[in-house]
Amino acid sequence: MKKYEIEIIVCCSTGCISLGGQEIYDELVRCIKEYNLDTNVKVKPTGCHGFCQTGPRLLINPEGVLYVYLKKSDVKTIVEQHLIGGKIVEKLTYKDPVTKKTVQKRDDINFYKHQVSITTNNCGKINPEDINDYLAVGGYESLKKVLTMEPEQVIQEIKTSRLRGKGGAGFPTGLKWSFLAQETSTPKYLICNGDEGDPGAFMDRTIMESDPQSIVEGMIIGAYATGATSGFVYVRAEKPLAASRIAIAIEQARKHGYLGSNILNSGLNFDIQVRKGAGAFVCGEETALMSSILGNRGSPRPRPPYPAKSGLWGKPTNINNVKTWATIPKIIDMSAENYAKIGTADSSGTAILCLSGNINNAGLIEIPMGTTIRTVVYDIGGGCPNGKKFKAIQIGGPSGGCIPEQYLDVKMIDTQIDFKSITTLGAIMGSGGLIVLDESTCLVDMAHYFIKFTQNESCGKCVPCRIGTRKMLHILDKIIMGQGSYEDLDELESLAYTIKNASLCGLGQTAPNPIISTLKYFRDEYEAHIKGICPALVCKNLITYHISAEMCVGCGICAKNCSVNAITGELKKTFQIDTNLCIKCGLCFSACPKNAIYKKTGGK
Amino acid sequence: MHSKTITEILVPFPRDEPSALIPVLQAVQSEYGYLSENNIYAISDHLNVPSSKIYGVTTFYAQFRLKPLGRHVINLCQGTACHVKGSEKLIPVFEQELKCKAGETTKDGKFTFNLVACLGACALSPVVNIDSDFYGNIKIADIKKILRKYD
Ligand SMILES: Cc1cc2nc3c(=O)[nH]c(=O)nc-3n(C[C@H](O)[C@H](O)[C@H](O)COP(=O)(O)O)c2cc1C
Ligand code: SF4
Ligand code: SF4
Ligand code: FES
Ligand code: FES
Repeated sequence: MKKYEIEIIVCCSTGCISLGGQEIYDELVRCIKEYNLDTNVKVKPTGCHGFCQTGPRLLINPEGVLYVYLKKSDVKTIVEQHLIGGKIVEKLTYKDPVTKKTVQKRDDINFYKHQVSITTNNCGKINPEDINDYLAVGGYESLKKVLTMEPEQVIQEIKTSRLRGKGGAGFPTGLKWSFLAQETSTPKYLICNGDEGDPGAFMDRTIMESDPQSIVEGMIIGAYATGATSGFVYVRAEKPLAASRIAIAIEQARKHGYLGSNILNSGLNFDIQVRKGAGAFVCGEETALMSSILGNRGSPRPRPPYPAKSGLWGKPTNINNVKTWATIPKIIDMSAENYAKIGTADSSGTAILCLSGNINNAGLIEIPMGTTIRTVVYDIGGGCPNGKKFKAIQIGGPSGGCIPEQYLDVKMIDTQIDFKSITTLGAIMGSGGLIVLDESTCLVDMAHYFIKFTQNESCGKCVPCRIGTRKMLHILDKIIMGQGSYEDLDELESLAYTIKNASLCGLGQTAPNPIISTLKYFRDEYEAHIKGICPALVCKNLITYHISAEMCVGCGICAKNCSVNAITGELKKTFQIDTNLCIKCGLCFSACPKNAIYKKTGGK
Repeated sequence: MHSKTITEILVPFPRDEPSALIPVLQAVQSEYGYLSENNIYAISDHLNVPSSKIYGVTTFYAQFRLKPLGRHVINLCQGTACHVKGSEKLIPVFEQELKCKAGETTKDGKFTFNLVACLGACALSPVVNIDSDFYGNIKIADIKKILRKYD
């Protein structure tokens, strides 16, 4: 293969593309041609580099210089000054929002420093639409190694690694595979669960977009170990780029003889199809997902029987998450012992999380199990932006909970994001969405948000979940309107435990978690709402908008933005809001150039 | 007009194979933008699945539509990360610009405006997607400009 002196990597994943990344890539290709640099410089489109917040971005290797927040016109500057002139374009490099210092090299950026890359190691390094790129970094070597082992040895290797499923429940993967391997009925199926319906999580989408071959290789290894002959990748239609890249990967793997019959002359027969999910949170649950693949409504059913006994078409089936499958080739490559050395005694390896919300450095991260939440929020995430105070971190989406500051600072200074300690804290790690909440977030509003979500997504099959979440939502509706009572809080709590214990599937069993954790750690906020006060100034019914006479310059911009004509005034004089007409849309608040509009709660 | 007839869309799918229902519905919807009553009968006949069951499936999944869509589909994210970043405040801005409510189609049939839960670009919240284009970190002031790109 041709060796280039310089390789420029441009992220072409959903995040960067949404900020104009495709334009950057096209412009770079054009400029490289224009300046006749194409014999020396290779431009490579890749998947996500993790730090999506700084997109669109490009990385110049082997120097490792990173340019961020790019606009089309910046590309020419970089080509002329850096590639031709040999000078780093300082103003386009990364500026740390905390230290305010510029950092030229990717590897020196705090966001990356505390991470380890195992599962996501290829993401942002290879072209996800070209299997040759995957092969060049050692792709399919793990499969070749596995084919020299006995299937039982492969399962033992996964057991030794202590890998747990990364889809939320944390079930030991080696053990799960051994259940399928034991079954005698055929055919056997494998499923890759890429539904990822948790609002606020994008790890699986990112891996499917950035390193789809690892998932395919992981599934082939799984097929060899368990005797499965057919596989499905279930991915949401709302994630079109992920769906198309995984389909491309499957097709290329088939062309290269890694899928189909008699794979690499080993006698192994296995093939994979993509099934596009149609948008229902409950379809991430394994029995609902299988019902969906069979063309039915995605309703869960009681277990047992577990999928290993009765899955697709009633046949033995094994289902694992995207991240779990993508980790398999890495474990074989680095050896199970070495993987098990990472992390803690209970949770081995790494956690793949996505960090978003009120945080300086948002993106996808991979950290050793056992890292403290503090490291994630402050060392990697750089804390909350605009000098706002940290309030809580929401972990695990609609099935998870909110962890307050005291567990970062005092008691739980080494609160670990591993399965055990998060469970005792009252929040499950779930699939790995982390949303940082600063002081401007209302925790009652967050609880209301999640219950509204789960209520809407409840499949309706069982009563505790269908009716119970409705009742909880009704109480929360009252509370955020300032019409709640102390008895309502007690009823909320008792409903929460009933739903948790009596629901059929994990959706209902975990739906009350956001309520339980906020009632536990932020009860004072609920009580304030009962008194008609929303301390964070979020809940519409408890706030009013006003214009400060001192700060208003009388520009009238607020009045132009008000759809109900609640704002009146004369130019250059103080404007006024008629609180009876105001529908509290907040548009004027965001529009005022002088920040003269403020909110009040509880009549104060 | 549509480049493929319903029969042409159905041909590649095996007859009497109920498990192909969701992929078939997706294929038909991607051609016609929605699932008409006549097309549902055609699917029912091809796969040997009762039309009542097809109705049950289409109403279960958020993706399927029984009514025609606008020429462009706007999905404004209301997922958790976007919610925390104030995506709710963008709803009235879109409604005002489009002169239609969330979940509806504009009178001229140009846009359908939907609210969805997470588009998977949470690091760039708030996020909106129009057809296959994604826009991250959107601010109120950007909305007019974004909408103007579509005709
Ligand atoms: C309501 C609900 C939603 C779920 N969503 C997902 C999902 O989006 N992705 C996923 O991998 N697992 C999801 N799960 C967990 C799956 O049922 C299953 O445990 C998992 O896919 C197993 O893979 P693992 O062993 O590799 O973790 C969900 C479970 C429930 C109850
Ligand atoms: S717990 Fe909820 S989502 Fe699960 S089966 Fe019952 S109603 Fe359906
Ligand atoms: S909050 Fe909305 S309705 Fe109220 S005054 Fe401001 S723009 Fe008008
Ligand atoms: S999408 Fe480009 S860095 Fe994540
Ligand atoms: S929450 Fe809006 S993109 Fe994920």
